[in-house]
Amino acid sequence: MRNNYEDVIKKIDLVALKVYNDLEKTEIPYIQLPTRSKSNIEFNEKLNVWKYGKSMIQRSAKSLDGAYMLLRTMYMVDFIKEMIKIKKSSTLREMYYISEGWDFAKFHSQNESNLLAEDLEVITSCMREDFKLRPEEDGARVIGNIIIEEMTRNNNKKKIHCQDDVGDSGYSIPYNVEPEKISFKSADVDFIIAIETGGMFDRLVENRFDSSYRSLLVHLKGQPARSTRRFIKRLSGEKNLPVVVFTDCDPWSYRIFASIAYGAIKTAHISEYLATPSSQYLGVTPSDIENYDLPTDKLTREDVKSLKSELSDPRFQDSFWKNEIKLQLKLGKKSEQQALAKYGLDYVTDTYLPEKLTEIGMIKR
Amino acid sequence: MNKITAHDLAKKQKEISVAEFFERNKHILGFGNQTRALVTSVKEGVDNCLDACEEVNILPEIYVEINNHEDGECKLIIEDNGPGIVKSQIKHIFGRLLYGSRFHSVRQSRGQQGIGISAVVLYGQLTTGKHAKVISKIQEDRPAVIMELAIDTNKNRAEIISRDIIHWEKPSGTRIEVSIIADYKRGKRFVYEYLQSTSIVNPHAQITFKEPDGTKHFFERTSELLPRRSVEIKPHPYGVELGTLIKIAKQTNSRKLSAFLKNEFTSMGDRTANAVCEKAQLEKHLNPKDMTREQFLSLHKAFKKVKIMAPPTDCLSPIGETLIKRSLKHETKEISPEFIVTASRPPSAYTGSPFQVEVGLVYGGNIPTDANVKIMRFANRVPLLYQQGGCVITSAISSIDWRRYGLDQKSGKGMPSGPAIFLVHVSSTLIPFTSESKEAIADIPEIENEIKLALRICARKVQHHIHKKVKREKTREKFELITRILPEIAKKSSKMLNKPLPSLDSVITKIMDVVWIEDLIEYEKISKKDVEKPVQTTLIDNSLKQHGDGTITKSKIIVINYKRTSQKLNLYVLIPKEAIVGTVNPKPSKINYNFIKWNLDAIPSSGKIDINFELAGLKEGDFDENDIYIENINPTYVIGADKWEGE
Repeated sequence: MRNNYEDVIKKIDLVALKVYNDLEKTEIPYIQLPTRSKSNIEFNEKLNVWKYGKSMIQRSAKSLDGAYMLLRTMYMVDFIKEMIKIKKSSTLREMYYISEGWDFAKFHSQNESNLLAEDLEVITSCMREDFKLRPEEDGARVIGNIIIEEMTRNNNKKKIHCQDDVGDSGYSIPYNVEPEKISFKSADVDFIIAIETGGMFDRLVENRFDSSYRSLLVHLKGQPARSTRRFIKRLSGEKNLPVVVFTDCDPWSYRIFASIAYGAIKTAHISEYLATPSSQYLGVTPSDIENYDLPTDKLTREDVKSLKSELSDPRFQDSFWKNEIKLQLKLGKKSEQQALAKYGLDYVTDTYLPEKLTEIGMIKR
Repeated sequence: MNKITAHDLAKKQKEISVAEFFERNKHILGFGNQTRALVTSVKEGVDNCLDACEEVNILPEIYVEINNHEDGECKLIIEDNGPGIVKSQIKHIFGRLLYGSRFHSVRQSRGQQGIGISAVVLYGQLTTGKHAKVISKIQEDRPAVIMELAIDTNKNRAEIISRDIIHWEKPSGTRIEVSIIADYKRGKRFVYEYLQSTSIVNPHAQITFKEPDGTKHFFERTSELLPRRSVEIKPHPYGVELGTLIKIAKQTNSRKLSAFLKNEFTSMGDRTANAVCEKAQLEKHLNPKDMTREQFLSLHKAFKKVKIMAPPTDCLSPIGETLIKRSLKHETKEISPEFIVTASRPPSAYTGSPFQVEVGLVYGGNIPTDANVKIMRFANRVPLLYQQGGCVITSAISSIDWRRYGLDQKSGKGMPSGPAIFLVHVSSTLIPFTSESKEAIADIPEIENEIKLALRICARKVQHHIHKKVKREKTREKFELITRILPEIAKKSSKMLNKPLPSLDSVITKIMDVVWIEDLIEYEKISKKDVEKPVQTTLIDNSLKQHGDGTITKSKIIVINYKRTSQKLNLYVLIPKEAIVGTVNPKPSKINYNFIKWNLDAIPSSGKIDINFELAGLKEGDFDENDIYIENINPTYVIGADKWEGE
């Protein structure tokens, strides 16, 4: 995040200027930005993450839809400029409601306005925090032997020990996890374990997995918010901690892992801020279904479609993922983290996780 | 033991009364069940009314009332404003089966349909035992006659039960009241449908229907013009049967075969008559009255071997496209259809009988989209309500692939489904029905072909409309883009940057890059006094008829050149045949019965041309859409008009 809003204003003015200049030159106005789809992400060797490629799309006023998008863009940059001027910020949802007053430029759904905000990030190489926009979703929960110093709203610095100073629901990650908001004072753990479901997070908390295996438990709450991913990225980088990801065994969970390890398609323009390339997938894998004889559900038609789509996703092209996805398609089954309870409540912490962690060399036994 | 003699048999034969004849044949006469009986009774009555009025050039006003009694007895009242019936004829018309004047005449008439009103009287008498009541008035200053009639079923004669004179408000007319056993609950829908359909193909008639609960339905008159009177023609040799041929020969005044052929048949000249005689190997001086059965047989066979001209077609009385459209529009008002198209074929002939096909198609609006299309079949202006499946009209519709025209149809064959109502009217001097019940037209290839041709014309028009709708939608989008969004983009960006508003004209031409044509139609009512010249139309009657309707249709067409360069084009607008063209601005390069044409030279970029023209002789809504065509310009440059394909 920048403190220099002058720079941000210059950048968003450029968006309006492009359109204005087109009109003045009697050209049909358009804005160009990278295609934000699976087909246009490339691995960036330097950054070690997946970024948008060279394919571009044009939003042109030649078509009605394109013209609407341009008009909305004009409204949005104007709104952002205004917020910077009056030193306010708004949530994405608030902006969506504010667009109600934009006459026929208003959005039809919040998804539309969220996407356009992301587009603007891509076009201006700013982050939405620069635009004074913030998500309404809160970050996820954290428990483990680390000390975080947080700048509170009263401008006091407060140290929080993520075991001793928090209840069983843990420390809650704020939406802003940049250095001016939080810093990591100490981290006496061996690795970070990111967990998809709240049920499994609570199981690990109850079984004291954070203590017994010197780990930091992070609850992802499904598809992780930007702040959760940024939190993992910063902590892992600054304290040199390995990251393992523990999810359900279905195509959607693999995307959760990809967004942490490789960068998500939607946010590929800021992958280097959000992704932790060294993250490892722990499970549950399709092989685990067979090896641990787990209870399963049948793959739905959407699941199969999604798995097939992943087979053509450039991020899943290594042999581990190809083999696992093909195996799952062959099995026609999916499973959940909590299916491990088939063997008792302690099985996951006493047997499954130690075995898997040993397998990838995270712990030695 | 008594020996039965021929005399005894004769007595018995006589006793096979009309009642028995009726009982045996009631299914083919349309009285097969209590639902049918109700519809047939209404139908016979109303057909009589229409015929009677048209006979003397009175615009029909028909009143139908049904009173339903608990016990299944219905009292049917049908009344018209026709010429009335002279006292002495009343008992014959209402009390004698198969009594009528048009048994052997060759002309288009409703009377071919059913057995007559007397069958209704008989049916009523047989089922309820009650007598029919007839009121008739033939002259304004004279009282009406009221008669109660019964049919003597042995003699096939009417018995007058009572007779009196009464005062009746009407200047003239006929009213009949019959009690019949009928199923009103079930028949009601059909009666309504029959009256509505009748009103559609008889736009000159006004029909009022009063239901037992007092509900009144009005089927309004939409045309003040009586249909052209169908002309009686002589039989055509191709269509005549051997028996009829012999009968005509017995009655002829001609003494020579060649003269007989020329005088008694249509389409027979000297050459054809001689050719027929030659083929039949008959002496042309032969007296037809002396001819043997064998000679008639070879004459009859010879007819088929000689090429004879098609029969004249002026004996037909089609409804006309404008009136079909107007009627359909009127009757489908509640479902507010998207559009109505019509097509009419020139007269044609099958085995010596002239016929003509007209088709109308109502599309869209609130017509259900998931049901089969509705088919309205008509023969000589009479609705056909039953046996739809066995009718050539149905098979013609089923044989066309309607999927290209916005309708659903499994594998492109069979009954289409979707938001459409089909109207098919076949007029002929002899409708070839599949059976005596006269509810379905037989599968005659010539007729099927003509129906298909007419349907295809309609289908093309439907496609044109759908095409136009899509184009319109695009036009609307473009319009929205350049008039609302683009100026707003300019406003917003200049405001943010504190810069002056840029001019948008050139950008707009770049975005549009078309010649854009839009149109508007308005109607102006004017009182008759204001009409300087009485409007003339040749619509129905052969003679010019004065017809000051008092509506001027005003059409405006706007042509805007959104191309970057100057454009020129020729523009055509189709106009109905019946329309009289009034003021036209700018000056057209051509006007004929079918279109107005303008040569638009050099419309500059961003330039606009307004075209205005007025049409008289039409009712409001008859001309509700400009069919615009263009030539001498790349049609892809133009939105709002199609390429002119020639006349």
